[in-house]
Amino acid sequence: MIETWSDLIPLLPELFLLGMINIILIAGLFIDEKRRGIVHFLAILTLVFTAIITMRDFNVLQRYTALGGMFVRDGVSDVLKLFIYLTTAVVFVYAKHSLRVSKLFVAEYYTLVLFAVLGMCILVSGGNLLTIYLGLELLALSSYALVALDRDSPSASESAMKYFVLGALASGLLLYGMSMLYGLTGSLELAVIAKKLASGDLPPILMAFTITFIVVGIAFKFGAAPFHMWVPDVYHGAPTAVTLFISSAPKLAAAGMAFRVLAEGLEPRVQDWAQMLGFLALLSLVIGNLAAIAQTNLKRMLAYSTISHVGFILLGILAGDEAGMAAAMFYVIVYALMSTAAFGLIIALSRAGFDAERIEDFKGLNQRHPWFAFLMLVTMASMAGFPPTIGFFAKLYVLQAAVDAGWLWLAITSVVFAVIGAYYYLRVIKVMYFDEPEVDHKISVPGDVRSVLAVNVVMLLVLTIMAGPLTRLCEQAWY
Amino acid sequence: MIPLNWWLILAALLFCISVAGIFINRKNLIVLLMAIELMLLSVNMNFVAFSRYLDDMAGQVFVFFILTVAAAEAAIGLAILVVLFRNRRTINVGEIDSLRG
Repeated sequence: MIETWSDLIPLLPELFLLGMINIILIAGLFIDEKRRGIVHFLAILTLVFTAIITMRDFNVLQRYTALGGMFVRDGVSDVLKLFIYLTTAVVFVYAKHSLRVSKLFVAEYYTLVLFAVLGMCILVSGGNLLTIYLGLELLALSSYALVALDRDSPSASESAMKYFVLGALASGLLLYGMSMLYGLTGSLELAVIAKKLASGDLPPILMAFTITFIVVGIAFKFGAAPFHMWVPDVYHGAPTAVTLFISSAPKLAAAGMAFRVLAEGLEPRVQDWAQMLGFLALLSLVIGNLAAIAQTNLKRMLAYSTISHVGFILLGILAGDEAGMAAAMFYVIVYALMSTAAFGLIIALSRAGFDAERIEDFKGLNQRHPWFAFLMLVTMASMAGFPPTIGFFAKLYVLQAAVDAGWLWLAITSVVFAVIGAYYYLRVIKVMYFDEPEVDHKISVPGDVRSVLAVNVVMLLVLTIMAGPLTRLCEQAWY
Repeated sequence: MIPLNWWLILAALLFCISVAGIFINRKNLIVLLMAIELMLLSVNMNFVAFSRYLDDMAGQVFVFFILTVAAAEAAIGLAILVVLFRNRRTINVGEIDSLRG
């Protein structure tokens, strides 16, 4: 219920974003191909201004609600939103080059991505099962359409269909869990649900049944094993510009959804869902790392690597306390940065009619272009978790939180599998530095992609020295 | 009044039928889309039954949103289906397997 117009102030960033999306949607119809750069510019400008509006009354320690508790703005949602805007803006810069090269430079890409961003913002701010569901579906429906963006590609449409069917199945499972939760607690509001669960003596079997459905739904959206079947196919089949987006920002939103539903709504039942997440994290680490070794396609390899990273994120969440949540949040932010860098480099090396998506395409990159080889080296080292990079610290925080919460065996297993996983990252580095180049075409990359890529990768190194502010931000959001 | 349990059992049965429809079906993608719709409808039945017995309107409001989203979902699903058929000339689930590994 809207009591006064001031009740809408926490929603200002989303309202602005929605207005701008509509403008871009209509502008896209009238701007011809030669001047489509305007749409690109407008989309980035939208994200910048939305971030400014979010920053204007940004306070990590404050919690506002709007629309009668349906919409929550607190430190967690704001930090996640700012990084969603940042990664999406970086995605736009890289994607433009890729879309131009593969002749897919259409305004729809920008509208659909921005709609997905709107969905993510609603999702991470959801204070009610209804807002969480609507945000999730806005994100999911835009993503399905994005994967099928290349209408003439059989593999893109096939992966879009798989993504759609499994995504819809996941929504169905999540919804069934939500309906049971509603029946058990009599409310859709997460705060009320938490209160009821803490006080009431609800039938434990029904409760476990309900939580299972909700956890499975979240795991599907995250891409955690054994619900990961769509991840490799979508990463492989979709145009690289779309894979770049799907692999980065939506993971931040999925973490936000897990924070809202599990850490807020189901907080009193942490014992129940932590066990399930432990199982999912273990399977994700095993399947992600082992299957990645067998891949020859870099996009597919990165898909399995994503699954193993999701395992680490779940490791932080299942600790169940503030330290674990802060560590998971730090990890997912770092992951989004690493993922944009890795796919950005794939895009940088692609040219018309050729996607640099096989690992052999990187052979002898050091001789062809030492700077890009170095950037790839840093990105791969960070993903593997080698010490001077931020990836190492992200893993360290998560493991620390898991050990403190008494998950020692899982922490040890995850380290073992992270070491196994280092093999396939090192293979990419070996191919770049020690193999002879097979092709010798010139690498020409536009200046904006080149400079943003450099900043993005250097961030992975510099953040280790300045990890303090980011970790403090994540901790303040939770404590 | 029909007891709440009956409604819940009916909804659970419909849900199971739809999940089975998604996994067992090896012939036609359109049947798969129908199974997805059935799944959402079974959830709706759950919500309405709970809403009636809890005497709380929120559940019925949720149902309207689910119905709207289901319509949008079906539209996107059918659009992807058309694109897939144009590219592959088949909507047989068993033949759509070029991506694997």
